[in-house]
Amino acid sequence: MSLGYQTPRSMSSDRLRKFASGLPVRFLVLLIALVWTLPSAGLLVSSLRPPIDITSSGWWTVFAHPFEASVWTVENYEQVLTTHGLGNAFLNSVLVTVPSVVIPITIAAFAAYAFAWLEFPGRKLLFIVVVGLMVVPLQMSLIPLLRLYTQLDLNGTFLGVWLAHTGFGLPLAVFLLFGYISTLPGEIIESARVDGASPLTTFTRLVLPLSVPVVASFAIFQFLWVWNDLLVALIFLGTKEEVAVITARLAALVGRRGEQWHVLTAGAFVSMAVPLLVFFLLQRYFVRGLTAGSVKG
Amino acid sequence: MATSASAETPRSPALTRLTAGPLRVLVSLIVPAITFLVLRWAFIFMRDTEADRISIAIVALIIGVGGVWALYLVTDNLVSILPEGIRETVRPFVFVGPALVIIAVYLVYPAVRTVSLSFFGPRSEEFVGLQNYAFALTSDDMLLALRNNVLWLIFVTSFVVSLGLIIAVLSDRIGRWEPIAKSFVFLPMAISAVGASIIWKFVYSFQPIQRPQIGLLNAVFTALGGDPQGWLILKPWNNFFLIVIMIWILTGFAMVVLSAAIKGVPGELLEAARMDGASEIRIFFGVIVPYIRGTLITITTTVLIMVLKVFDIVFVMTGGQFDTEVIANRMYREMFTFGNFGRSSALAVILLVAVIPIMIYNVRSLEQSRR
Repeated sequence: MSLGYQTPRSMSSDRLRKFASGLPVRFLVLLIALVWTLPSAGLLVSSLRPPIDITSSGWWTVFAHPFEASVWTVENYEQVLTTHGLGNAFLNSVLVTVPSVVIPITIAAFAAYAFAWLEFPGRKLLFIVVVGLMVVPLQMSLIPLLRLYTQLDLNGTFLGVWLAHTGFGLPLAVFLLFGYISTLPGEIIESARVDGASPLTTFTRLVLPLSVPVVASFAIFQFLWVWNDLLVALIFLGTKEEVAVITARLAALVGRRGEQWHVLTAGAFVSMAVPLLVFFLLQRYFVRGLTAGSVKG
Repeated sequence: MATSASAETPRSPALTRLTAGPLRVLVSLIVPAITFLVLRWAFIFMRDTEADRISIAIVALIIGVGGVWALYLVTDNLVSILPEGIRETVRPFVFVGPALVIIAVYLVYPAVRTVSLSFFGPRSEEFVGLQNYAFALTSDDMLLALRNNVLWLIFVTSFVVSLGLIIAVLSDRIGRWEPIAKSFVFLPMAISAVGASIIWKFVYSFQPIQRPQIGLLNAVFTALGGDPQGWLILKPWNNFFLIVIMIWILTGFAMVVLSAAIKGVPGELLEAARMDGASEIRIFFGVIVPYIRGTLITITTTVLIMVLKVFDIVFVMTGGQFDTEVIANRMYREMFTFGNFGRSSALAVILLVAVIPIMIYNVRSLEQSRR
């Protein structure tokens, strides 16, 4: 069946038969896609309904009168962004995420370059250690770090979270960037050295510009990881309104007001807005980043 | 000492003049000192500040991007004033050092410390031997959590991998609609586990019998003649309702990776199998599956690792109540709710022990690929 478009010049009756036999498959795939989308669709529709409607009738009932203005509202979004502090939490998420993506990439790129192209004692062993650490559950780090942070007064600070995300993301970042940087052609790096370029110049002028694709892939993976993270944010930042990120805030809203659906539905979509935007705009890189980053501990 | 310095990097003339002479040593010491002071100030500013968010954000970005770069440039410069003999021996550590220090502080030291804490009591004061492990492996609460983790591991992994594979194979045959269909299945992967939990909490939502159901599951269930159920408190089935969420999130991921692998199966191989009269099912198991075996293993281990540490979904949906506890959530509760750091550490160590085979496998395949 799948040969249908691998050998497009097959006989037309053959094609017709293939098309017919493909119909159930098409239907099945469509059904799967629909089932997969329904839960999110329900939440999106609900977030745009008046609070009373959400709890008094199923979200699918709006499709009986989809063009009546009274069934739709954006008030839920206004409310969560202002009175429930999600606007603030959204800002906090941005504040946590940007440095938590940039810092590990920078540090990992320098290290990956050294592992790939500089000679130093212990190079092999250290790299094996880094690869081994990739799958260590971050739960192993939480308690000692929390105590260290208490001593340093870093608990509940953005700086503490940036460094934590940097630490947890580094092994994977080094591994991924190494995989790419080590395959750059040796001649160009050698010729730069012969021309008198220092390792630093070689790195900033040559290696880094050539590594943009892998940096982009890792950046997207790390962005999603940090933006969607709950555990690290809960432990090192907490749920206080001034610092809490959007996932932590949402989790607190679920706990406190279990059934306030107009708040939860709109809130959930506010938190998803940025990753979904990345998803639709950068799907190709997004896929690469996720696939590449899938082994993280 | 300063002779070869100007060959290092192309600099502006003023800077070259400054750094070429004996002044170079002085500059090389003052600049790091200033950098250090600025970083220290930024550190304290960001730690203690009551300043408004925007100025923190600006300082943060400058430090996040610029500060890290400055650190490398300055240390590289510092190394350049070392005697020629040891200069190039030290220089690689300028590049790799910061990463190693952070990994040591954030992963290696805490791991060692967690192992040692797991042999101590709640406040880490008295040595208790294996008591925490006895609790972790024999108490009723923990046996339940371990059972649930096993359920999660078995059901999430098997469903994610097989559903991902099936959808990948099927969507490979629908021509131009393929990317769109796959997008819809893949989309949950962009959503946080917290967001996904809210989505599904709504699907499972429960209203008393005489009121209209607003949750999709109860609406369907009552339409089929059943009484509305509180799915999340329905032991032991509630575990499966949570497991569904993770399957929903991860299937798209398995599908995308496996789909790429399936497209890599050579057409001639499939053609030859068809010529021999093999059925599509036989081709699937006899040609496609063996060909993508490596990818299947990677996906399976990746999903296993993610499932083992499942936390957010349980934390948001039930908080581990109604017999839905899992190891990672219990670990969090031991830490924050009960303040028992010994037990909490022991649970973390159990998670670590579970991933050690995968760690060994990774290191081995790295060494093989290097030969």
